Amino acid sequence: MKAEIVIVGGGPAGLAAAISAAKEDNNLNILILERDSELGGILNQCIHNGFGLHTFNEELTGPEYAARFEAQLDDLGIHYMLDTMVLDVASSVVTAVNSKEGVFTVECGAIVLCMGCRERPRGALNIPGLRPAGVFTAGTAQRLVNIEGYMPGKEVVILGSGDIGLIMARRMTLEGAKVKAVCELMTYSGGLKRNIVQCLDDFDIPLLLSHTVVDIKGKERVTSVVIAEVDERSKPIPGTEQEITCDTLLLSCGLIPENELSRSAGVKINPATNGPVVNESFETSIPGVFACGNVLHVHDLVDYVSEESGRAGRSAARFVKASKAEESPVINIKNGNGVRYTVPSFVRVNELEDDLVIRFRSGNVYKDNYISVLFDGETKLHRRKPIITPGEMEQVILKKADLANAPSEILIEITEI
Amino acid sequence: MEKRELTCINCPMGCRITVTMEGPDIIAVEGNTCKRGFVYACNEVKSPVRTVTTTIKVTGGASDRVSCKTKDPVPKDKIFEVMEAINKASCKAPVAIGDVLIEDCAGTGIPVVATKAVGTA
Repeated sequence: MKAEIVIVGGGPAGLAAAISAAKEDNNLNILILERDSELGGILNQCIHNGFGLHTFNEELTGPEYAARFEAQLDDLGIHYMLDTMVLDVASSVVTAVNSKEGVFTVECGAIVLCMGCRERPRGALNIPGLRPAGVFTAGTAQRLVNIEGYMPGKEVVILGSGDIGLIMARRMTLEGAKVKAVCELMTYSGGLKRNIVQCLDDFDIPLLLSHTVVDIKGKERVTSVVIAEVDERSKPIPGTEQEITCDTLLLSCGLIPENELSRSAGVKINPATNGPVVNESFETSIPGVFACGNVLHVHDLVDYVSEESGRAGRSAARFVKASKAEESPVINIKNGNGVRYTVPSFVRVNELEDDLVIRFRSGNVYKDNYISVLFDGETKLHRRKPIITPGEMEQVILKKADLANAPSEILIEITEI
Repeated sequence: MEKRELTCINCPMGCRITVTMEGPDIIAVEGNTCKRGFVYACNEVKSPVRTVTTTIKVTGGASDRVSCKTKDPVPKDKIFEVMEAINKASCKAPVAIGDVLIEDCAGTGIPVVATKAVGTA
C-alpha cells in the first residue's frame, strides 16, 4: 500500500491533522489508521459538555465535537481504516495489522503520530492491599457507563482529582451511585475549577486534599478502602487513617503519552512531557515524522489539540511537497523558573507561520506573578497573571515579525512581583 | 439575612464569593476580584442552571445506548428528576445528532436531544 501521509490514530488529533493536511493540498493521498471500530477516540466517551468553546464558539459534548470533524473528513474524501492497529513506524514505512488484510505495510512520505495517552493504572501507583474486583481507572469506568451502559459500582471512592475523576464523580452520582470522597495527594487539584464546582460541590462530594489511599480491602470485591492524610513529602501521617466502606475505587492519577511506536522508531523523547521533542512545525527528531495531541503532551482542552494538530497536518503536507528543507536560523526555547516544559522546544525561523504559540505548564501554583519572555536575556514580554496552576496549560503568542532578528534563545519564566 | 458561599468558576483563581441575601434580594457580593465573578454569583444564587448530559436506551441500533443532553440548561434542583425521566425513556434507531428524544423533560419545558448518531443494527 502507498500513501503520501499516514496518520496514526483517528482521535481529535488525527482528525484535525488529516483535515488540515488535505486543506493544504487536496491532491494528497492521506490515510488514517485507527485501532478502534469508530473514529473520534476518547471524545466518544466524553459525553459531557464544554468542548469547542475556542474552536466553534459554542459548548458541545465530546461526540458532537468529533462529529464536526468527521463531517469535514468526509467532505474532503479522506481515507481511513478502522479496527487497524499500527505495529511499527519507521521513517517512510508504517506496518499495521487488521483482520481483513493481515499484516501489511504502507509506504509514505510523512507520518503524523496521534496515538493519544493512557491512564496511569493501579500497578503504577504502588497502592498496598488486596487485589479484589472493583478497582478501575476513571476512563475505564467512563467507557463502561457511557458507551457500554454498565454501572461499575454503587459506593465509590475516587483517588486523584484530575478532570476525568471529577467528571466521573458527577456521572456516577447522576446514575444513582454514592460517591463518598475524592482524595488528592497534592495540596491542590489538577482539575479545572469549573469541574470542581459543578462535579463535586453541586453534589456535596468532599474533596480531601493531601489525602491518599493506603489500603484496599475485600477478597472477591472491594469492601472498603483506608485513606490517610499525607505530609509535605507525600508520606501518610500515622494516626490519620480512616476506613471508608465502598465497592468501587476509581483512579484518576495522571495520563501518560502513548509513545511505544515513537520510541521504537527512534524519536527523541522529552522526559518532562514523556512526548516527542518537536519544533515549530510539530516535527520530531526524525524528519517527516510529526506528532500532535496527547501523544505529544497531555492537554486539558481539546480545542488546543485541534489547533496544534492543524499545524502538524499542514507541516506534513508541506514536507511531502518540498524537495529539501531550507537551512534556517534556529531559536532554542528554554524553561526558566517555574516552567516545567515548553512545546515546541525549538523553532526554525524560516518555517514560522504568522503566530508562534508556545504552550507550557508550571511546576507549582503561583499567585499574582508574571509570565516573562526573554530574548537572549532581554525582557520582551512581561504579563501579570493572577494565578498559574499546573492543571491549566499556559501559552504565550509571539509574532513572526518579532522574531525577525532571530535571537538564539527564548527563555520563558515565572517571576515574582 | 442569609449568607451563601460560592466558588467562582470563571478562571482558575476560584475566588470564594460570599453573597448576602435578604429574602430574594441580593444585599452584598463579597470576595470576587473581577466583574465576571459578580455576575456569576448573582446568577448562581438567583437561578442556578446546568446542562444535563447522559445516555438513553436505543432499540434496534448498532449500539444499545446513545449519548444525549438537555437542549438548554435546566434548573439545578431538577437535575435528578430529569435523570429519572431520561432513564425511563428509550428511542428507536436510527438516531441523528440533534434528534429530539424527549419533547419536554420532567416538566422543565426543555427537550432532550441526541448528541451522537446511531445507525440501525
